[in-house]
Amino acid sequence: MKRLNPYLTGGITPDWIDYLLAFQAAGADAVEIGLPFSDPMLDGATIQQASDQALRLGASVASILTDLAAARSRICIPLIAMTYANLVFRGDPFTTGPATATGPEADPEAGSGPEAGRSLGAGSGPEAFCRRLAEAGITGLIVPDVPVDEADRLEAAATAAGIDLVLLAAPVTPPDRLAEIGRRSRGFIYAVSVMDTTGERDALATTAAPLAARLKAVTDLPVLLGFGISTPAQAATAARAGDGVVIGAALMRRVLDGATPDDLRAEVAAFRAALDQVDQEVPAATAHAEISGHRR
Amino acid sequence: MSVPTSTGRFGEFGGRYVPESLVPACAALEAAFRDAWSDTAFRERLAHLRTTYAGRPTALTAAERLSAELGVTLLLKREDLAHTGSHKINNVLGQALLAQRMGKTRLIAETGAGQHGVATATAAALFGMRATVYMGERDIARQRLNVFRMELLGAEVIPVTSGSRTLKDATNEAMRAWVAAVDEAHFCLGSVGGPHPYPWLVRELQRVIGEEARAQTPVIPDVVVACVGGGSNAAGTFAGFVDTPARLIGVEAAGGAAMTNGTPGVVHGYRSLVLQDAAGQVLEAESIAAGLDYPGVGPEHAHLGTTGRAEYRTVTDDEVLDAVRRLARSEGIICALESAHAVAWVLRAAGTPDLPTGSTVLLTLSGRGDKDMATLAGEVR
Repeated sequence: MKRLNPYLTGGITPDWIDYLLAFQAAGADAVEIGLPFSDPMLDGATIQQASDQALRLGASVASILTDLAAARSRICIPLIAMTYANLVFRGDPFTTGPATATGPEADPEAGSGPEAGRSLGAGSGPEAFCRRLAEAGITGLIVPDVPVDEADRLEAAATAAGIDLVLLAAPVTPPDRLAEIGRRSRGFIYAVSVMDTTGERDALATTAAPLAARLKAVTDLPVLLGFGISTPAQAATAARAGDGVVIGAALMRRVLDGATPDDLRAEVAAFRAALDQVDQEVPAATAHAEISGHRR
Repeated sequence: MSVPTSTGRFGEFGGRYVPESLVPACAALEAAFRDAWSDTAFRERLAHLRTTYAGRPTALTAAERLSAELGVTLLLKREDLAHTGSHKINNVLGQALLAQRMGKTRLIAETGAGQHGVATATAAALFGMRATVYMGERDIARQRLNVFRMELLGAEVIPVTSGSRTLKDATNEAMRAWVAAVDEAHFCLGSVGGPHPYPWLVRELQRVIGEEARAQTPVIPDVVVACVGGGSNAAGTFAGFVDTPARLIGVEAAGGAAMTNGTPGVVHGYRSLVLQDAAGQVLEAESIAAGLDYPGVGPEHAHLGTTGRAEYRTVTDDEVLDAVRRLARSEGIICALESAHAVAWVLRAAGTPDLPTGSTVLLTLSGRGDKDMATLAGEVR
């Protein structure tokens, strides 16, 4: 079955959990929760705007995890966190910088924001970060600015916490790296379908299908395509090449424009229907192959 | 200074924290630089350009009247006399040569005060390449002269409207643009930050400042001082003196002092000291000098600071404005607001235990102040 992973910026609105529940109701297989960062290097204007809005509303890793923990009984699909290295490695306990006495090591949750004084768990660094994700019911993690070469410690921390560290592959990734990414990724592989930032595009990038094919040749893990997949038709085309899709900017733009959770349920349902259609094509193709074979 | 580890680290700082889309480009750049740097012909071509185009070696000027006033011997390494008006040309000529060697046809750059953007636009014109320079909207407003210079040189200046609309956000946008154009474009990074190999590559290209100064000074100075934003002129200067007993002092803007007030973090592809809040969100720096309006600092500085080999100080905007005025009136040199940070520290420290009377100080004057006239006109009396 083709997988549908919609993306949702945590804290994008005060009622953001309702969007998460709407995605679930519309048939999402998992939801990627963006933990907003001030400098999202790989995100285009829409996700960046979504992150800025969430931060302005006071969202933090702590507040988002608290919201998720509170909604846990209503969530029955896997959740995957997506964020940037600075939030993952924050308050690294192996660091001995000159400013650490006043830095985040003192109390990772202390600060002047809405989360000031609240502590969700002892310790700091990727080990504590992964543990906190697990405690909130999150089972996967995507960190786009931690490539496989920098991933050793995070990989160990994620494994220890029972979190799947999902690695990304890009159209320019050479074969040896692609094989290593295939070997070390957990849960699925995130195929970055285009050499660009996140954001809506008029057409699925021509680099998407070849990357999915190269990945399928080196791994048995599901290959999900993301970046620039904006319409159900594009999602269907991508899903024929891989095992599913991640939809981000196209949904977040709707939320930023004021669409309600009900509106988004319809959007996600349309993507679901397109992927289900692709699933139904598979038996037909098989049947066709069998007929062909019979004729020989 | 030290060569980084194979993963691009100076001690615990550095690394290559970039999206997978950029990893092959960083690896290719590292390989190309290693190859070029060991190629005599490449280094000779760069040396020739430095001499015949950039105006090197730059002078070492004894600031005699100010020295007499302060009771220290102040020597100024005059990067303000280099072509385009700052040390930035040293780095950009090297990177443009490298880009050409790699078959790239376009340079992408970020700029704060505009000096790196002007240097990039200049090199692009010299080598017949396209240049796209990302610059925060706020910096465009206060550095109009440099915007005009870049455009006259044929570069496209793209205003960045996100976040603080300064160097931090221009750097984000330049990196995003690089992802989309990585086949044809070289990201001509302006300071000693960014993913490996940039901190090492840029320091090696700026090393010429320190090596020239070392050869020009009759004695090893007691103190070597330079301003620090990202820290490229300081890294290049320190490289010439790190193996001497000279104290190395980097001077930051009080409102943009990552070395002094930062905590360990990862931003713009590298791990260093970063101005950030307790939740890990990067803070907006605030300085009268657009070139120092940056919340991070090069990883080698973080390493030199934590190991104690270099010391870092801060000065305020008011001290900087006073330093511009005093240097102008005592020596006839109008320096950039960035460089004036180093001067301001000398003015404050001279005659104190931090800089005892009789000391010899080498100060890198990283750039000239023409670009800052609009700011200075409103501030300096």
